[in-house]
Amino acid sequence: MSNLAILPILLPLLTGIILVFLNKRLPLVRMITRIMVIINLVVVSGIAYNVLQNGTIVLKAGDWAVPYGIVLVADPLAIVLVVTANLIAVACAFYAFNSLDEQRERYYFYPLFQLLIAGVSGAFLTGDLFNLFVFFEVLLIASYGLIVLGGTKEQFRESFKYIIINLFSSILFVTTVSFLYAVVGTVNMAQLAERVGEIKQDGILTTIAILLLIVFATKGALFPLYFWLPKSYTVPPTVISALFGALLTKVGVYSILRVFTLIFVYNLTVTHQILLILAGFTLVFGVIGALSTNNVQLIIAYNIIPAVGYMILGIGVFSSTALAGTIYYLLHDMIIKAALFFLVGAMAAYAGTSDLRKMGGIIKNQPLLGWLFFIAALALAGLPPFSGFVGKLLILRGAFEEGHYVLAVIGLITSLLILLSVIRIFINGFWGEAKQDKVPDVNPTKGKIVPAAFLLVFTITLGLGAEFIYPTVQMIADQMIDPANYIDSVMKE
Amino acid sequence: MEIIMSVLAGMLFTAGVYMMLQKQILKIVIGTALLSHGAHLFIITMGKLNRGKPPILSEDVTNYVDPLPQALILTSIVISFGVTSFLLVLAYRAYQTNGTDNMEKLRGNDNE
Repeated sequence: MSNLAILPILLPLLTGIILVFLNKRLPLVRMITRIMVIINLVVVSGIAYNVLQNGTIVLKAGDWAVPYGIVLVADPLAIVLVVTANLIAVACAFYAFNSLDEQRERYYFYPLFQLLIAGVSGAFLTGDLFNLFVFFEVLLIASYGLIVLGGTKEQFRESFKYIIINLFSSILFVTTVSFLYAVVGTVNMAQLAERVGEIKQDGILTTIAILLLIVFATKGALFPLYFWLPKSYTVPPTVISALFGALLTKVGVYSILRVFTLIFVYNLTVTHQILLILAGFTLVFGVIGALSTNNVQLIIAYNIIPAVGYMILGIGVFSSTALAGTIYYLLHDMIIKAALFFLVGAMAAYAGTSDLRKMGGIIKNQPLLGWLFFIAALALAGLPPFSGFVGKLLILRGAFEEGHYVLAVIGLITSLLILLSVIRIFINGFWGEAKQDKVPDVNPTKGKIVPAAFLLVFTITLGLGAEFIYPTVQMIADQMIDPANYIDSVMKE
Repeated sequence: MEIIMSVLAGMLFTAGVYMMLQKQILKIVIGTALLSHGAHLFIITMGKLNRGKPPILSEDVTNYVDPLPQALILTSIVISFGVTSFLLVLAYRAYQTNGTDNMEKLRGNDNE
């Protein structure tokens, strides 16, 4: 029963290893990938149903008692995120067949893709701070492989910076974990939470909390540590950008969410105040970046940053309403970012350029692409009835309730500017005179719209079905606001 | 002993950060290697440095060394070894493709 918790990591990991050996036979690799991502999604959904019905599943590796061994904790928050990650994996797998050139597919795209999913699922599921580092490395090493895949000039130029900044933050992560171990003598998250609570988080623990925040802020692209993100996310092929944009930064945000709602919650005036300030700056600077460029992919990449700002705002406010909003927004943002990257990828493939000034009138020949993009743009900006609305509403309501008026207003204005930045793509790219001389012979958007539509269906479900989904999310948030729930579910038995 | 080790790790960090701020790619790679050595020294120091004692706790052992930092440092060394070797290959390929190993020239000034 408890062994179920490791399946979301094990399935993609084994698939990835098997695919390395089958690499020469591309049709077979494609087929296995398709089958395995769907199997994985079904399995994970089954586990999620189980967790939401019967409570947290805790796997003690090798049956070692809890503080001594390695634990995997499939609590409601983690498992919901794993399901969403696998949803994106399915869409990406199908998008990859139609968008990647064969050379890239042959050079181990699929194995690296599977390992990335294994790393992301592991990072969500682990109940141990050091293992969080290990799974971070698993997903980062897979992402290093993916970002240089193809080996163009720009890729080498940007990937080197991406790798160095991530490597630096990983080293800082290990150092911080060792500090934490020296102070409280454990790396198990539940026991950490218990012991930090016992000694009431004095100065040194707050310092360690800030160090951890720097680490996760680098990975999650918070102000002022987001500078590496936009360019390095736009140089690889679209499907890889979509994977990165949807999953990697969100793992950083998840880590902040976990650490600052479970472990370091006894000195809110310092840690959560810093979170709030950073959230405000992240919102403003991210959206300014999105407005400053004419490259469609860069606009979407910049839009990752204010989204992170909203989630951090919810964590900083730290009330159960705001946390529910953060979780809702996290789920929404993973899906919508992948969909948007897919759509602008299809757009750029059709127009033959990613420069907005050279596009125009695409909707004449690609009406479906155009309207899907319109829906995605509204969902991103948080207009009802799409999914972004519910998350933003809860976060901002939480902020107003707790008296953070300035930040809530910044959040509202940022929303409008986000809408402006994406509608600009719609107006300039889809309306107006067609700037293309001739329509390409082979339809370049073939097979690229279906995965995006698949994800948008979930966006609309999250928005219109809020009545059914919201109680679950609120339940998760209510559990998170009191660390004792997590500690009890892990430490019992 | 712990203080000396901490100072040593601090020196490694300083040297590593200095190297990372250089323009040449290879120096940056060496910088990351130095940084990770510093981090590893920290991990082992944080578990208290004790000599000649077993890293196990059983009935007749009363004085023991904490085994956890040793497990952590091993994992961390393997990871940083893998990443460093990858970085070296990447640095070489980047140099070949871009024709320069100067980070100043790899800014990417294409204003797209």
